[in-house]
Amino acid sequence: MKIDYHALGLKVGLECHQQLATRGKLFCNCKPHLFKGEPEIIFLRRLRPTQSELGQVDPAAFFEFQKGMKILYEADAETSCLVEMDEEPPHDLNREALDVSLTIALMMNAKPVDEIYVMRKIVIDGSNTTGFQRTCVVAVDGSINVDGKNVPIQHICLEEDAARKMGEEGFLIRYRIDRLGIPLVEITTGPVMNTPEEAERVALAIGKILRSTRRVKRGIGTIRQDLNISIRDGALVEIKGVQELELISKVVEYEVQRQLSLLKIRDELRQRDLREDELKERFVDVTSVFRETQCQILQRAISQGKIILAVKLPKIAGLLAFELTPGLRFGGELADRARFWGRVGGILHTDELKSYGVSDKEISELRRSAGAGEEDAVVIVADKIENASDALKAVVERVREAINGVPEETRAANPDGTTRYMRPRPGAARMYPETDVPPIKITGEHLERLRAQLPEPPGDKIKRLMSSYGLNEKLARQLLDMEYDNLFEVAVKETNVTPTVVAATLTETFKALKREGVKIENLTEEQIVEIFKIVGLEKTSKESIPEIVRWLTKHEGSNPMEAIKELGLTMLSEEELKSLIEEYLDKNKDLIAEKKLGALGGLIGIIMKDLRGKAKPELVNKILREKLAERLSG
Amino acid sequence: MSERLPGYRGLALKMLLEAGADIGDLIRVVKDNVVLEGVLIPRSEYSDDKHIVIKSRSGYNIGVEVTPATKVERVRTELKPLFVPPPPPEQRTGLPKVTILSTGGTIASRVDYRTGAVRPVISASDLYSIVPELSDIAVIDAEILFSIFSEDLTPKNWSAMARAVADHISRGIDGVVVTHGTDTMGYSAAALSFALQKLPVPVVFVGAQRSEDRPSSDAPMNLIGAVYAASSAPFAEVTVAMHETPSDEAIIIHRGTKVRKCHTSRRDAFKTVNSKPLARIVNNKIFILTNNYQPRDLERKIILKPEFDERAALIKFYPGMNPKIIDWYVSEGYRGIVLEGTGLGHVRRECFPAIKGAIDADVIVAMTSQCIWGRVNMNVYSNGRDLLSIGVIPLDDMLAETALVKMMWCLAQSKSIDEAKNLLITNIANEFSDRTVEHFEPPKFSMG
Repeated sequence: MKIDYHALGLKVGLECHQQLATRGKLFCNCKPHLFKGEPEIIFLRRLRPTQSELGQVDPAAFFEFQKGMKILYEADAETSCLVEMDEEPPHDLNREALDVSLTIALMMNAKPVDEIYVMRKIVIDGSNTTGFQRTCVVAVDGSINVDGKNVPIQHICLEEDAARKMGEEGFLIRYRIDRLGIPLVEITTGPVMNTPEEAERVALAIGKILRSTRRVKRGIGTIRQDLNISIRDGALVEIKGVQELELISKVVEYEVQRQLSLLKIRDELRQRDLREDELKERFVDVTSVFRETQCQILQRAISQGKIILAVKLPKIAGLLAFELTPGLRFGGELADRARFWGRVGGILHTDELKSYGVSDKEISELRRSAGAGEEDAVVIVADKIENASDALKAVVERVREAINGVPEETRAANPDGTTRYMRPRPGAARMYPETDVPPIKITGEHLERLRAQLPEPPGDKIKRLMSSYGLNEKLARQLLDMEYDNLFEVAVKETNVTPTVVAATLTETFKALKREGVKIENLTEEQIVEIFKIVGLEKTSKESIPEIVRWLTKHEGSNPMEAIKELGLTMLSEEELKSLIEEYLDKNKDLIAEKKLGALGGLIGIIMKDLRGKAKPELVNKILREKLAERLSG
Repeated sequence: MSERLPGYRGLALKMLLEAGADIGDLIRVVKDNVVLEGVLIPRSEYSDDKHIVIKSRSGYNIGVEVTPATKVERVRTELKPLFVPPPPPEQRTGLPKVTILSTGGTIASRVDYRTGAVRPVISASDLYSIVPELSDIAVIDAEILFSIFSEDLTPKNWSAMARAVADHISRGIDGVVVTHGTDTMGYSAAALSFALQKLPVPVVFVGAQRSEDRPSSDAPMNLIGAVYAASSAPFAEVTVAMHETPSDEAIIIHRGTKVRKCHTSRRDAFKTVNSKPLARIVNNKIFILTNNYQPRDLERKIILKPEFDERAALIKFYPGMNPKIIDWYVSEGYRGIVLEGTGLGHVRRECFPAIKGAIDADVIVAMTSQCIWGRVNMNVYSNGRDLLSIGVIPLDDMLAETALVKMMWCLAQSKSIDEAKNLLITNIANEFSDRTVEHFEPPKFSMG
């Protein structure tokens, strides 16, 4: 079915977070890398929701605090210091990161602010040891052009990345603080995208501009997109952490589908005349119903001493199994809430109990205990009484929201493009100044200096590579994607190798080598240019390049000349080649006698296989023809 | 500078005054065709006079440079948000009574997210609503003694603290908590250790290394630990309660005369030196770490000796130190000098005549070590022996800071030099320990 997104009033805004490739972190000099293996340092903290004069307390955070939520932080000494541990005030803002973010701002036609103020944005889920994220607006009011449409860039912020969540056991969350403090640039667009594809195209365009600075990190997790999605009559839903740009259109599609499905449920509930006051937080202990059950989940729970608590959900029989998006049923939304607020493993409900091995007798007993009729559903949850009732409260609340349609919430993206409930949407950001970092003035001279060195916009560069060097579009794009475009121009200028050969080597040859596990990234730019130089001087042939590269990556600090000597890839002189070819002809007398000139093709194959890299094929061909002709006529 | 528009001067002030804008008003700044709207924010007094700071709708502050061509308009007065503290928790009955005296370090605070101002919370009921756990531990009475940065406190403030604590104790309470900036908390704790003798209940100093406005602040947990110790600890001494490690797990209780701030910023900056801490508090359970303490006894009558003579100095010796530094103190009428010597208690021979001159002029000269850990022993090297013969008094394993405080106190409590000297070497509040065992030695900073 083709969906008319314009008619649905789809609006999508992007928040793109890109890690910068700086030498140090944003407020200290730690290595901006992640570590593997066991942590050297661990410490335990609690974060306390602070009181605001606006009277707001983040409800989810406050709930977690009351429950005694503790955070276990993991660190190692290379990637974290006392700053990340919140045991030392931040150092000055990293100027390298500031320059990259200003460069990005200028490329997006944004106006840098005159004086930058670092702010503390309250975040108490534990992802920041301080309880706030340090962030600052560096520029406002920009725009980029994507396929002819002007996309407003509301602001460009420079901020510290958060700690990585490593796991969660009940009310203990584990975070690793290696990522905390890595500089991030945040690009916020206006909510102007009206189709899933458009959202993805804009994200790709932003990604290209970011990468053209060459100062941003690459690889999974280094760019993360948050999407704000709404449709008419739906709600503003924030989806966090889309890690692959190619997933964006799918995430938007699924979210639109989910909101449309929830609107259908709303209409159905109105049809069934479900009123909010009919939804009651009346929970019944039904453990005794399942004493003899064959359902393994419930058996195990009972044997662990858990109780089974039930709640009646009036008039919603059948709806819990209603599929919102692939793999997500309405019951799944209820389960997400139960897991979040009650820390339970999940829920079971009457729409699905049979498939879990619950008998008809138990189901009717359950219905009777919960006071539910055929038109009602019953949800059960097995846990400690406190967690179970928190979970069921959340379930009832979610159904209450369903009467009104789509709840505003923050969801997390799954790798397949679907999403899961993360937390209620936080209120207005609570921010106050980071008084430990003095404000930074941005002068006109500073901006002029950056403006003079702005990278060429990606679109312009592709066109120029095509027209100046005669590359086809595919090669030009690949050079940019692999960030070899500058190296390409240097190599072409300094060597006699044709642009197409240089481009094909840097893209296709290198890709193939990477696939076989060769560590291309260990080569310096000087080494790569040197390879092209000796090929251009005909000291070796272009066919030798893969072998030279393999050898160089295994011999740190060596040069390509050493490689061709070691590998025996030096070009043969014409005299050497002539005598070698005589030898081949001697060895293959029978073949020549039989096939005459027809032996040429076979012979070239044999010789080039042996001499690959040591002789130019054209020359081999010429000498062989001459010699063969001599012998046949002689 | 303007009272109404703090931090603003020059052109920026002029434009704001012309626009009739006040801090907290929504203003509009038009500049180079860019329109910026936001709430006017105060500016740091050391900033220049060319920028206006506004808080945009998104919550971010930005500074806008003003030129004569910039337009500033006041859009409207934003309504001041009213702070409604959450209702205080129900006070349980039959709990111990604890007084919290505040000296300047704020106990708790809340942030005005409109302007970024951090305001102290002072009344007991506000305190309960922000650290509700306190209401399960004790019935709190709160009083502000003064609001002074700890480095601005003087011995006169120690006297005032001692009198206030004694006054509250005489009203029949179960313990006192003194909130204090951390920089000189060790000095104040030592001062009260000497000034308040025969305490019937504990006096617990407490501070915070992370400001109270942030969710990660150590202040609430330190405060809870301090109130718990004040209300329930079995000892009746002057102590300091702070984090034991960077983790929010344990509060460690140090003795007032043996504690020192040993790190500029860590939560566990305070260490007991040359001794063992008194106790550790984990989850409102107290674990006593030594049997040597003055037990709580509500019948005991407190003895108040709050006077300090400020004519005493702490001089840190360094290679090449000019002996005239010592002469200067003598000529200024100082009555006591604590030297922070090298190693076992040494200064260069060049200083000997000046030291002898001081002692001849009836100045008490005592020796501590800049090593911090360990005790002085002036019998080992000839320099030490010569200093002893001149009349320098070795102060064993006493902390240099504690020695200075004690010198001031001894001078004020004595009628003669000899009496003061005697008092100086008499163990009053466990400032001396006669044994140093191995595990006291390293300056431990454990990682949680």
